[in-house]
Amino acid sequence: MFKSFEPNKIFIIISKAQKYVLFLFVIVLTIGLIEALVLSPEDYKQSEVVRIMYVHVPAAWIALGIFSSLAFLSVGSFVFKNKHLSLIAKSLAPSGFVFNIIALVTGSIWGKPTWGTWWAWDARITSMLILAIFYGMYLLSWRIYEDKEKVIKITSLIAILGAINVPIIKFSVDWWNTLHQPSSINILSTNTAIHTSMLVPLGIMTAAFALFSILIFLMKYNTELIKVKNKGLDRL
Amino acid sequence: MYGKKVKLRFIFLTLVLISLILTVFLVLQSLKENVVYFQSPSEIKSLIELDKKRIRIGGMVKERSVFINSDEINFIITDFKNEINVSYSGVVPNLFAEGKGVVAEGFLKDKNYFSATKILAKHDENYMPPEVKEALGDK
Repeated sequence: MFKSFEPNKIFIIISKAQKYVLFLFVIVLTIGLIEALVLSPEDYKQSEVVRIMYVHVPAAWIALGIFSSLAFLSVGSFVFKNKHLSLIAKSLAPSGFVFNIIALVTGSIWGKPTWGTWWAWDARITSMLILAIFYGMYLLSWRIYEDKEKVIKITSLIAILGAINVPIIKFSVDWWNTLHQPSSINILSTNTAIHTSMLVPLGIMTAAFALFSILIFLMKYNTELIKVKNKGLDRL
Repeated sequence: MYGKKVKLRFIFLTLVLISLILTVFLVLQSLKENVVYFQSPSEIKSLIELDKKRIRIGGMVKERSVFINSDEINFIITDFKNEINVSYSGVVPNLFAEGKGVVAEGFLKDKNYFSATKILAKHDENYMPPEVKEALGDK
């Protein structure tokens, strides 16, 4: 099924793609930051503090998205015994972890002025912390285990186990009483609880963060391919 | 289409996932009381005996119920079915206001009276510029 993966071809494409992604990222981030910090209006209740949202929410989305893709790639890697998928997952993980930490830290900074506390052990925040721990375990186990077969098995297992946490995070605010407010954006319905003038910078910032993850992914993946090449293996 | 081993691994993984989801579901179900961050006034009313433990109560601050004395603030938390009186001395967060969400942490004196040691504001999912809020308010 995945026989068409040829490291040499992919390598050339990736090396070229990096430049364009970086270029696009800088442009989108600039527009996003101007929109979010200058052009977008203040909130009627939270006033200027609301601007943390433009970092907090996209970071949380990207962290969740990347962990979901880790899980899917790991399932593929386990079922089809395709080690390439594990390498892709390995290269994706660091940016997901960083965005998870960013979401937790900005959430804490946002929580103090609005809720009146830095930290609360409510379902949403705790499950997000558990996701960060899973990311940490995933990244660490790539470093701990030397044996190729073993490391792929263990990391896939961690990603698949951790994936159960993803829907829990998503629906925690609906299932239980939490201090965290319910989600403002529903994919299934068109009416959101965020005014359009605030939705636009949120979307642009999400695109910027996604581009950043892609950039880091390409760099990491490039390094992984170089490692494979240096070992004198044509295919994994 | 795929080999026998691929199918086997897929079935194995599916079974592992199903049992895991079931386990997590059962654990969360049994821990339900600990997972919720706060209780509503209605849940307090239905308690059979009062806990001496520190608990959290959440709901809306009832309109025109906030009274500020010299060093104490009194208000009513409501979930529009039941109400509970709260007294608190200290600083309230910026977003604390009548008609807005609140979570109070403290001790129950009785089923109608709660002495809070900490007040947290709970805000809703609505974000809009002040002008839009005014326009909506005029309607």
